[in-house]
Parts: sequence; structure tokens; C-alpha cells
Amino acid sequence: MRIAWWKWLGMVLIYYTIIAGFLIPVPRIPIVHESVRNQFFHVSMWFAMMTMLTTSLILSVRYLKSGKARHDIIASEFANMGIVFGVLGICTGSVWARFTWGAWWISDPKLNGAAICMLIYFAYVILRGSIEDRQLRARISAVYNIFAWSTLIPLLVILPRMTDSLHPGSGGNPGFNVYDLDNNLRLVFYPSVIAWTLLGVWITELRVRTKTIENIEIA
Amino acid sequence: MTRITLFLQMLLLIPGLAMAQTAGQEVEMADLLRSSGKIYVVVTVLTIIMTGLLIYLVSLDRKLSKLEKKLTEKSPS
Repeated sequence: MRIAWWKWLGMVLIYYTIIAGFLIPVPRIPIVHESVRNQFFHVSMWFAMMTMLTTSLILSVRYLKSGKARHDIIASEFANMGIVFGVLGICTGSVWARFTWGAWWISDPKLNGAAICMLIYFAYVILRGSIEDRQLRARISAVYNIFAWSTLIPLLVILPRMTDSLHPGSGGNPGFNVYDLDNNLRLVFYPSVIAWTLLGVWITELRVRTKTIENIEIA
Repeated sequence: MTRITLFLQMLLLIPGLAMAQTAGQEVEMADLLRSSGKIYVVVTVLTIIMTGLLIYLVSLDRKLSKLEKKLTEKSPS
């Protein structure tokens, strides 16, 4: 099959994530038990989302500089993929919370921040959908995207660290250590982030190509 | 033809013979998929699901490539 090497890499890493993710020995943590393996799925969803949305931001800035329709298409599709990862992250997190903290949702800075971020990005999609003129849509949504990303960072990264929270990685500066990452977890966690990110890039690439063909048909 | 039917009959007999041998003993079937609380079954199921999804993604990718090729042939611009 003639597909790009990084797509192969993504597939291999996804298999690795699933197989090793379930089979490696993990640290025995009270309350969490085997659900610590969610790290390879729930946490990497958010890492993948961050990569998607940051790429989207870069493409939006590039669009504002270049005015090329292609940059606008790529930016919007990366944002869409980021939203998909974000929604999956919220849903998986909710299930995990139910069986470790006892509730589907708690009023926690990290959780509420994530919910607000999703709403802000939903608005991005709605904004794009509501403008007919292609150039206007591209420019306004690019500016909005910069705003959305600038709220994402304080809401997800900065504010939760300034308060206490049940969610790991809050209060103080976690770096990568508050996730109770022991070396076994790292062995699967980092590849899993790359795996889901590559899968996201792949789906985004397909959507960008579809949009490009659609644009040829219109023009 | 008769040889084939004979062969098939033998095939059908094999499980019966095997059961006759293990009857009375503890039925130990600790093959890989049954160990560790059957977690391997979950891994297999997930692998199958991922394989299906990835095959679907690859086929989408190839379909798009064909479409792109068609378009460039139609209007070399």
C-alpha cells in the first residue's frame, strides 16, 4: 500500500498503545486500580487536542499573513479535529471521574475550564458556519481562533494550577510528574500521545483534501 | 470423492477423541486467551476494532487519491 510513512507509524503506535496499554504491569494505586490505564487514552486525548488546536492557531496566523485559502481550510479542519478530541476527552474523563471520585461531574477548575474551552470552540464552528462570504469567513474565524486559543491556555493550563483540585496536575507546577508516571506508564504514555496525534493528523489531512476538491468543483 | 468424505469424517472424530481422553481429569484449558482474567480477549477485540477502523481510513485515503488523480487529469491546472 502506498501511504505516507507517518500513517504507518501512527497505525503501529496505535496497536502498541492498545496491546501494551492493557498488558504492561502498572503501579498499584488505591482507588484508581487498573483504571490508571486510562492515562493512555483519556490523557492522550487532551494532548492530541492541544497539538491539533495549536497547529490550527499557527495556520490561522499564517492565513492572516498570506491570505491563502488553503491555510484557512487547514486551520479550520485542525480545529474540528481538536474539538473531536476535546469532546472525547471530556466524555472519557467523566466516566473515569464517576468510578474514582464518585460523580460524573464535579465543580472543579480543571473540569469546568475544559467545558468552557469546548464551548468557546463550538462557537468557532458556529461562527464559521454563519458567514457566507469565503474571505470574510476566513479572516473573522482566523482572528476568533487566536482569541479562542488564548483563552484555552489559561483555562486548561494556568488556572487549574493556581487552585487545588481533585484532578491530577493541579495546584503547583506538575511538569509531567504529578500524573504518577512511573517508567512503565511513560513507556506507553508518550507513544500513545504520538499515536492519537498522528491519527488526528491523518483524519484532518483527509478532510483538508476533501475540502480542496470541493473548492475546485465550486471554482 | 470417497477419500474426501473419509477425511471429513476423521476430522469430525478428532474432537470426540480428544474429549474422551480428557474426561475425568481437570479440564485445563489455559491457553493464552484465557489467562490473566481474560484481559487478552479485550485486547483482541480492541485490536480487531482498530484494524477495522484503520482499514476504513486507508480505503478512504485511497479513494481520495483516485479522485484527486481524476481531477488533475480532467483539468491540468
